[in-house]
Amino acid sequence: MDDTLLRTLTPRVIGVLCRRGADFATAEDAVQEALLEAVRRWPHDPPRDPQGWLVTVAWRKFLDAVRADMSRRRREEQVEAEPPHGPGAASDDTLRLYFLCTHPTLTPSSAVALTLRAVGGLSTRQIAQAYLVPEATMAQRISRAKRAVSGVRLDRPGDVTTVLRVLYLVFNEGYTGDVDLAAEAIRLTRELRAMVDAPEVSGLLALMLLHHARRPARTRADGSLVPLAEQDRGQWDTELIAEGVEVLQAALVRDRLGEYQAQAAVAALHADARTVAETDWVQIVEWYDELVRLTENPVARLNRAVAVGEADGARAGMAALSELDPGLPRFTAAAAYLHERDGDRATAARLYAQAAGTATSAAERDHLTRQAARLHVERA
Amino acid sequence: MTKYLLLKHYRGAPTAVNDVPMDRWTPDEVSAHIQYMNDFAARLEATGEYVDGQALSPEGMFVRYDGEGRPPVTDGPFPETKDLIAGWMVIDVEDHDRAVELAGELSAAPGAGGEPIHEWLEVRPFLTAPPTITE
Repeated sequence: MDDTLLRTLTPRVIGVLCRRGADFATAEDAVQEALLEAVRRWPHDPPRDPQGWLVTVAWRKFLDAVRADMSRRRREEQVEAEPPHGPGAASDDTLRLYFLCTHPTLTPSSAVALTLRAVGGLSTRQIAQAYLVPEATMAQRISRAKRAVSGVRLDRPGDVTTVLRVLYLVFNEGYTGDVDLAAEAIRLTRELRAMVDAPEVSGLLALMLLHHARRPARTRADGSLVPLAEQDRGQWDTELIAEGVEVLQAALVRDRLGEYQAQAAVAALHADARTVAETDWVQIVEWYDELVRLTENPVARLNRAVAVGEADGARAGMAALSELDPGLPRFTAAAAYLHERDGDRATAARLYAQAAGTATSAAERDHLTRQAARLHVERA
Repeated sequence: MTKYLLLKHYRGAPTAVNDVPMDRWTPDEVSAHIQYMNDFAARLEATGEYVDGQALSPEGMFVRYDGEGRPPVTDGPFPETKDLIAGWMVIDVEDHDRAVELAGELSAAPGAGGEPIHEWLEVRPFLTAPPTITE
């Protein structure tokens, strides 16, 4: 059975229930139950109108839940008394759910979990597996998040930047468990782009597509990292790259630059180079300048320093690096790289080993340790 | 079945036989070591004895309560002399002998020169739930 269809319908069905007057938390539970029933029944009894089927079943589950809980009787009366909300496009309902699930009152991890469940249609177990926490913990995180937004009215548009930040987090946090979180983030960003006309939504989608295109080349069979310069570019997914570039170009011509468009532009320039030697580092530095101007983000400055090292030589890169806080993540690794480019292998080896000690992932730590080892061997 | 914690130390364990820091190995030796560890975990998964394994960053600190309304006191990063855990593996095995056998295999992971490190691993049994039948 096509699980994507079910998951695409999830936020729409929640939206319909909420428009009929259901509260978000109960509606979301009811739709999850309806999804389970669909997984059981659709394979041998496929509905003619999947969304209509889900709405009917979920609404019945919702009413069951309300009736079952005597203490909720007052709310039931309210539901029956309250006239249905005015007609609105189904996409408006879905969009409101995006805003609700990424509401600024939620912590990033709560917003991520709630978005994956209510908008992405994933089960609590799948989300728990993806983030390597016990299912009970994730269930608790989701129900607390639902309580936190229970008072939020769904009638006002939210800020799309909060939605983008959450989708960026989902994409960037890796690929563990059965669920491909990167692919899921791309799917949700595509859906968002169909509803919201904002260049930054396209910028984020382009950024995701361009990085996703490199995924087959990013790791070796044993799980070790392959740095960009050493990747087999023949393994990059050219279709994803073409789509990413097209989405980005359409956004850039509208002349409302934002951080995701700038990051995507850097990724597009890398994608454009058939070999690492053909990389247009001068343009990459210019995009990092834009990014620094837009965000003041120290990580952007660090990446800019490395790009300057490629465009204007290692010494220029080190000069740019020296203006930054040495406590920044990856500062030491960047310094090691620039020292190696400058021919100072002893310092580079020492810095790589030091950087391995502060790495935040095992794959990165192992990669940096190998870099230090390589320099020792080459010097010996 | 009893659960055991196999602890690997950055510092604080007795010195290994083949005691060369990892960044002084060759890149192939580093890869061989990582492969050995991955294979070991995969084999225990296959035998139904693997529970969990995690690597820890060497960066960390001590923290303690400092009284009502005050922020916690921190101490660290750890000084060079402190015992420092690098990571752990939790196994669920038949008995103590099996835990020791497996820790011995893990300690044979190759290091510099492709030779076993003979690293000292700490083996600690979990306290279990009390048995139902006690007499």
